[in-house]
Amino acid sequence: MTLSKIWVYGEEANGTASANTLELITKARELAPVVEVVVGGDGTALAASVGEHGATMVHATGDLAGGMQGVHLGAALAQAVAAGTGPDMFLLPTTYDGRDVAARLSVKLDATVITNVVDLAVDGDRVVGVEPVFGGTLDVKTAATGDKPPIVLVRPKSFTAEPSGGAPAMVMPLATADVGASGAAKTIDKFVEESDGPKLDEAAIVVSGGRGLGDADNFGLVESLAKLLKGAPGASRAIVDAGWVPYSYQVGQTGKVVKPSVYVAVGISGATQHLVGMKGSKTIIAVNKDPEAPIFGVADLGVVGDALKVVPKLIEALEARG
Amino acid sequence: MNPETKTLKRDVKLILDESDSYGVEYALQLVESAGGGTVTLVSMAPNNETSGLRTALAMGAESAMLISDDALVGSDALSTAKVLAAAIGRNTPDLVMAATESSDGYTGTVPEQIAALLDLPSVTFAKEITMADGAMTVKRQTEAGYDVVECPLPAVVSVTAGVVEPRYPSFKGIMAAKNKPVEELDCAALGIEPTAVGWAGGGQEIVDIVEAPAREAGEKIEDEGDAHERIVGFLDELKVL
Repeated sequence: MTLSKIWVYGEEANGTASANTLELITKARELAPVVEVVVGGDGTALAASVGEHGATMVHATGDLAGGMQGVHLGAALAQAVAAGTGPDMFLLPTTYDGRDVAARLSVKLDATVITNVVDLAVDGDRVVGVEPVFGGTLDVKTAATGDKPPIVLVRPKSFTAEPSGGAPAMVMPLATADVGASGAAKTIDKFVEESDGPKLDEAAIVVSGGRGLGDADNFGLVESLAKLLKGAPGASRAIVDAGWVPYSYQVGQTGKVVKPSVYVAVGISGATQHLVGMKGSKTIIAVNKDPEAPIFGVADLGVVGDALKVVPKLIEALEARG
Repeated sequence: MNPETKTLKRDVKLILDESDSYGVEYALQLVESAGGGTVTLVSMAPNNETSGLRTALAMGAESAMLISDDALVGSDALSTAKVLAAAIGRNTPDLVMAATESSDGYTGTVPEQIAALLDLPSVTFAKEITMADGAMTVKRQTEAGYDVVECPLPAVVSVTAGVVEPRYPSFKGIMAAKNKPVEELDCAALGIEPTAVGWAGGGQEIVDIVEAPAREAGEKIEDEGDAHERIVGFLDELKVL
């Protein structure tokens, strides 16, 4: 199989294309001569940045009037495939909307979705995705079979976005399809949860807390340390599930993938589901009471000790340095 | 994992996936606040394994449907969704609730695929659901915060973990669960061709399973009251202070 055209599901962030979108376009350039972007919405905000990264066209549905991305894009993309104007492969980021679009499209095409992919190659006549399992200790290589264009969901930060110096992409209309009652869900309002520091998945330094903090009130230590290091606070699934902090703080398989220069794990044992989300960090520092905690297996500096004793002293020492 | 069949070993006692406990709890709460209605469980599991379902029945669900069939071994997310949608379609629920993703396969696509197969509207990654006048209003997690989404019923919704506190089954609940009905179904009962699901229907092939490159552990120290100094020194070496 040679791929001649790849469509990347594009998302907007801060008035331009999201980092995920640009990562996928960069990878797609390696795999096919033509890379185009599909957008549920207007698409003009993405044209310059996706063009600079090598996409030549943005196929945009236009305003969806609050309709959900999954149902509308899924139908529109399947319609393009049926009309013979679709691509040889779909690449989508593992985001809230990316997963919805992939799922709806898979039903429409009756084709599988290759999920949680961290690397991707064309091997002979098929597309092979690499998916980490069991906390990243094993890599499963999965090939798409059948004659449908493969649908691949890629985890954030799997590839590095690199500009190719291309001109702004041309924005073209993408024909929508009638989705009937299945399109009845409408977004009526949007709320941005402001935080004053850097964003968790973009921060150069991340400080995450877990069950070892003992109590929800002690998460303040993680926030203070993150602030002193000009980083972002994160959390293990255990304390998100316990309701100490919102889901948006969660680092791991079911949360955000982070790859900061320094990751500080405070009172986190290192369950496999957490390790998947942070073991790509450049340097890892861990503080945990249990000397057998799996987090020490990946830590560059491991401190066996009580987070509630070590972290306050660390904060004090950093404050003293100003 | 079984290296020969390239599937997870599932011939052990299976439990209710922690993710699912949030969906079950939220469904029970919605029924309680609506003042009536029932929660029915739908599950696909090997070997007619009911222990996970018994836990959810003990929490308060009324009954369960369990789909087990040797033909389902190797099923991908889409095949799983087809089986679950076929079982759900035998009833006409007002709302289909699911967790966002399982703890093993974690594709995060099954709820939305079920919605597509049943031709229903859907809201995924819900962190709060309120019901009024035959519609739900959902706070849906986004990258930047949350969206407020309105959706008429019937519909599919997936809930994120941690949004409600799953109840512990009471002794009374556990006893009652032993007598609650669990309908056991196979592909034939659902009108599903065995070749359309499992390895045969998957549309994907696992070509290899390899050890991932391991990360080396570094320095490990015991806190004697001065470990913070070593951390400061380490951060200095990294030039991040």
